[in-house]
Amino acid sequence: MQFESVSDFLAMGGYAFYVWLAFGVSAAAMIAIVVDSIVKRNAIFKSVARQSARQQRVKAAKEVTERL
Amino acid sequence: MWKWLHPYAKPEASYQLAGKFVPWFSVFAVVCFAVGLVWGLAFAPADYQQGDSFRIIYIHVPSAILSMGAYSSMAVAAFIGLVWQIKQADMYVAAVAPVGAVFTFIALFTGAAWGKPMWGAWWVWDARLTSELILLFLYLGVIALYNAFSDKTMAGRAAGILSLVGVINLPIIHYSVEWWNTLHQGATITKFDKPSIDTDMLWPLLLNIAAFTFFLGAVSLVRFRTELLRREQRRPWVQQLINRHSQARG
Repeated sequence: MQFESVSDFLAMGGYAFYVWLAFGVSAAAMIAIVVDSIVKRNAIFKSVARQSARQQRVKAAKEVTERL
Repeated sequence: MWKWLHPYAKPEASYQLAGKFVPWFSVFAVVCFAVGLVWGLAFAPADYQQGDSFRIIYIHVPSAILSMGAYSSMAVAAFIGLVWQIKQADMYVAAVAPVGAVFTFIALFTGAAWGKPMWGAWWVWDARLTSELILLFLYLGVIALYNAFSDKTMAGRAAGILSLVGVINLPIIHYSVEWWNTLHQGATITKFDKPSIDTDMLWPLLLNIAAFTFFLGAVSLVRFRTELLRREQRRPWVQQLINRHSQARG
């Protein structure tokens, strides 16, 4: 361990602002791309499920009208 | 000899194969990040000249290396997509470009936050910094071109050509510190010589490079699978897959 205490660690030898700015913004950017990837994945699942449900409704309706 | 590869060109097979790698890459990325960042931030010795500000190296160097690594893999995929017209290769180009752009942004941003206390300037227009900035614009160009066409075969071709043209930037970035006078220091580990960094500092750095590599793999494979589903959404295998998925959820 290079630091005496937690506050010593957070102070980063006087470079706290630059070190934590760099790590903070990097973490934010990486979390953002992970969230974006998961949101887009879930969106495509939902839209395909909606479309196929609609197709099934259309098919069912056609069968009903054909019988009439 | 390479015929065993052929079945993976089937969209469903490549979707399943990519899915097998995602959890492993994610776990490896989290473990390497956890160990590498704690080691780098708290246990690695401070630099004798730069003090604790040098700890920015643990994200700056991995993101910079992988910003170029991601671009190389994207260019290889673009070549495969253009020559053999394998559509999954184009989808990989579209999947990896946003992750590469994020890495390039991180490399530039952490470089600025490191440059300010060490050089006295957030930004200088020198060769290394400028060529890395051009890399960011190349990524953004590839993303924009791919999104600009509704015909995704055309989109893949356009984005692929831009990716290949942009490859010229990679050696320029790498050798910029040798070819031109620059504030940026030379290569420390990506050279044929012994690394000019102390082993106590090198190990956490290598761990973080591994973490960024696995992160790149996991996120771009998730995006690749999404792109595959989007482009194949009218095919029966996607419909079946998603019906099974929504039934399992109830």
